[in-house]
Amino acid sequence: MAQKLFISTSPHVHCGDTIERNMYWVIAALMPALIASFIVFGLGALAVTVTSVLSCLFFEWFITRVFLKRSSTLADGSAVITGILLAFNMPSNIPLYVIVMGALVAIGIGKMAFGGLGNNPFNPALVGRVFLLISFPAVMTSWPEPHQLTAYTDAVTGATPLNLIGQIAGGNAAALDQLPSLGTLFMGGVGGCIGEVSVLALLIGLCILLWRKVITWHIPVSILATVAVLTGIMWLINPVLYVNPLYHLCSGGLMLGAIFMATDYVTSPMTAKGMVWYGIGIGFLTVIIRFFGSYPEGMSFAILIMNAVTPLINNWCKPKRFGEVKK
Amino acid sequence: MSPILTAILVLGITGLVLGLVLFAVARKFAVKTDPRVGQITELLPGANCGGCGFPGCAAFAEACVKQDSMDGLKCSVCKSEVMQQIAAITGHAVEEGVPMVAVVRCNGSCDNRQRVNRYDGARSCAIAAMQTGGETGCFFGCVGCGDCVGACRFDAIHMDPEIGLPVVAQDKCTACGACTKACPRGIIELRNRNKMDRRVYVGCVNRDKGPVAKKACAVACIGCGKCVKACPFEAITLENNLAYIDFGKCRLCRKCVDECPQHSIVAVNFPPKKAPQASPAAPESATRPAPTPEQPEPEKVSVEQKS
Amino acid sequence: MANTFKIGGVHPEPNKLSAGSRIVNAPLPKQAVFPLSQHIGAPAVPCVSKGDSVLVGTRIADAGGFMSAPIHSSVSGKVAKIDTVLDASGFRKPAIFIDVEGDSWEPGIDRTDTLSLLCSLTQQEVLDCIREAGIVGMGGACFPTHVKLSPPKDCRIDVLIVNAVECEPYLTADHRLMLEHPDEIIVGVRILLKVLGIDRAVIGIEENKPDAIQLLRSKTSMVSGIEIMPLRMKYPQGGEKQLIEAVTGRQVPPPPALPANVGCVVQNVGTVFAVYEAVQKRKPLIERIVTVTGKGVKNPCNLRVRLGTPVSQLIEMAGGMPEDTGKLISGGPMMGRPLLDDSVPVVKGTSGILMIPESEAARLEERNCIRCAKCVQACPMGLEPYLLATASAAQDWECAEENWIMSCIECGCCQSTCPSRRPLLDWVRLAKNRVGGIIRARNAKK
Repeated sequence: MAQKLFISTSPHVHCGDTIERNMYWVIAALMPALIASFIVFGLGALAVTVTSVLSCLFFEWFITRVFLKRSSTLADGSAVITGILLAFNMPSNIPLYVIVMGALVAIGIGKMAFGGLGNNPFNPALVGRVFLLISFPAVMTSWPEPHQLTAYTDAVTGATPLNLIGQIAGGNAAALDQLPSLGTLFMGGVGGCIGEVSVLALLIGLCILLWRKVITWHIPVSILATVAVLTGIMWLINPVLYVNPLYHLCSGGLMLGAIFMATDYVTSPMTAKGMVWYGIGIGFLTVIIRFFGSYPEGMSFAILIMNAVTPLINNWCKPKRFGEVKK
Repeated sequence: MSPILTAILVLGITGLVLGLVLFAVARKFAVKTDPRVGQITELLPGANCGGCGFPGCAAFAEACVKQDSMDGLKCSVCKSEVMQQIAAITGHAVEEGVPMVAVVRCNGSCDNRQRVNRYDGARSCAIAAMQTGGETGCFFGCVGCGDCVGACRFDAIHMDPEIGLPVVAQDKCTACGACTKACPRGIIELRNRNKMDRRVYVGCVNRDKGPVAKKACAVACIGCGKCVKACPFEAITLENNLAYIDFGKCRLCRKCVDECPQHSIVAVNFPPKKAPQASPAAPESATRPAPTPEQPEPEKVSVEQKS
Repeated sequence: MANTFKIGGVHPEPNKLSAGSRIVNAPLPKQAVFPLSQHIGAPAVPCVSKGDSVLVGTRIADAGGFMSAPIHSSVSGKVAKIDTVLDASGFRKPAIFIDVEGDSWEPGIDRTDTLSLLCSLTQQEVLDCIREAGIVGMGGACFPTHVKLSPPKDCRIDVLIVNAVECEPYLTADHRLMLEHPDEIIVGVRILLKVLGIDRAVIGIEENKPDAIQLLRSKTSMVSGIEIMPLRMKYPQGGEKQLIEAVTGRQVPPPPALPANVGCVVQNVGTVFAVYEAVQKRKPLIERIVTVTGKGVKNPCNLRVRLGTPVSQLIEMAGGMPEDTGKLISGGPMMGRPLLDDSVPVVKGTSGILMIPESEAARLEERNCIRCAKCVQACPMGLEPYLLATASAAQDWECAEENWIMSCIECGCCQSTCPSRRPLLDWVRLAKNRVGGIIRARNAKK
């Protein structure tokens, strides 16, 4: 026999799945939301997204090559996702240097400091986002009004639906009139972060992820259901102060977070049961922060807190073993 | 009252109260330990290698204090002076140990032992050895995934990519035995260091019959028994087609090395045979080995065979 | 919708290339080699010595205990030597070498093809007959069949499940056997029912073999007690525990529990055929059907092979080994064993010879675990392969044991889905081996 045969034990075949395939499908699933954001926010959104992605790629390349002296990991696509998600969590009128700093924190501290993809305990994009939110609260929370296609940092800013919901809960009934209709919220066309503008586009992304089996339904569905139930209870208690749960589902970063941020492989639990508890935890914390916190938006903090709990969830929620008998 | 004064007072009083609580708790829940345990632990290397058979250095120190004698208590990593100091602390006599060193009993380098397959499973000797005979025709020799390197706490064993075998840095090796336990095929053995680190051993653990072994590896022991007859001290035994040199009996005469038709008996750190034994240069070089002292082993052997 | 098991599972490409080719007889080898451990349990003990003449069907090694099986010569000739041979396990094991001379059979073996319907033997006589014929599980696990047919006294067996799932990609040996010998299989099932003293048998077949389902249905329509159950395609449905769940809905508790604890006995369809031949034809287990296949193979085929034939001869029958072969496998691609070279002899458990091209054989570089949880979703035993593999690499055997490592059936679902290409099953096997040793030591102490 001429050739040297490989020897390694079974299985000898593989389904062909790779990290790249999963990551590229996530990027593909983010595209509808990206397009929607261009339509609504115009050039600003484009500038922010491109800057964010490029700086994430640069920092990942720089750290792997210069500090870690490993082969570059750019091709796995995770840095691109971090870049897009970071941009999606920012208003479209944010100065570019802020984005670059956010990318440095996201990639440098959020991911590479822990050893790169697979070892980070927190979602890198959210680490970057929260860093910016605390460091630059003014620029991070002044959202431009939609449809100023060529404006950038000079865009006119306005209140987001979540600001308004907060004002209503604070007793300002006049804010109710300013609240856009549910249809507008669903299609996109309200102020806010780049990525969270169109619920429809995000749901298309969810369909792509589920269709390609990149994620399972557990996390998004349990987050949305928890938020719907909790806000629904508040609404039933006092429909004057608290808005319809559908407004909560369609506004702010809830959809973006539930579909793309909370489902991040590395930082979410490993078992179906664990994923459901994780989703319930995120939904609960989001509602708590939205109603009682000082920030109008609670998704980022809720996900980061539940990221920290993920190892515990993995310890507690074991899959149902074959042949297991409950004692 | 100015705010500064308030702050100082509040912090100061809090600190004082908490300090008192800590003091009280520390006194109440203090665990009485033999101070000698701490002294001995300080003397020990602190690598927690487990070579002594205890979970770590502290456990070993406790055992030293608790037991009535030092029988069976030996830190192979410590020099004998340190063991004497420990013995002085415990008040028991300690036997003078023979210094040992880890020896890799396989010479199946890439040249000697041709690869006939390609192993591409997990990089772990334990896994490779459990699953299959391996990449070469020899199912007994070094697997080459480096489990021993991972087990060594003293940075004393490394894979040499050229020959595909682990090489022991004998100046760093403490004979803790971690690598001997990590090797799934048991090719690493602790042997006497001897004078000037000179050693003669069979560099093969292949128990296949002669022809099979010979086909697999150019320097395999084929169990011919010539060395057994050549040895004047009855130090060599032959079992399962494999010769073994008892290092307790071996007097380093190297008759077996000359006799072995397969060149599988290895003699290390000897000066070249023809050179005068008393020449000061030779032992000097032997006692202060090069950074990877065992690397030139095969060469040394061949030199001797030629001479 | 057809039944299947509930937890996990994967869908590898079926690649049943040889499903359409009829079983042909492979020529006799020049020298046949019989490794002494062809089954789970104690190795057989040779009862011939160098120079002895043997006939086809002569017993050459006795069972080495209750959990063992005798070995019969599949050829006639002279015993050349008793030496070690490289076998499918990847190690050298003791074996009997027989130089072939002619093809004369032991008297008493019925070599005709006529169907023998009636079996007048008693339960115990049939069981003895199966044991004497050296029959072991033909699906690949090689568990001695007579042991499986003697369930512990405290277990009440109520159903015999015949495993005709053949969920391994590429393999078609069982499929062809069912198409070409349906009557013999049905008689075999009835014999096994008699041994077990029960009256219900279920033949589980995956839906990708509609011809076999239809054929066996038509043959069993008049026979009471034998049911054909189509099963939804999913790997590893052919695993004993998965098949029991798919057919009966019962879950076998974790080891050391046996299928008998839930009232089931599972036998492979190849085993059933071997039982028929042993009981009705007096023919010991000396040949089996082997699928020789692979993507680059010229003529993927199903061969009736005398045990002891070197694999190289089968490969020749299939048109030779393709140039680009990177891996030679005994068995299927999910659970088969890699062969070190093609001199390995066919043994009782060789269900297939598979040649995988180099481009598919080489594993990709291992990457960081990205915790995607696909291994957890794929595991049919409800385990967490990522965790077990990590525990194994850290030598944390306690953690592995607490997380049910002994339940692992080594089906390979986890590793074959891992996008990071981590060798999960390699590590799990190591931990299983170590934990198994620890448990045995603990039990021995008690």
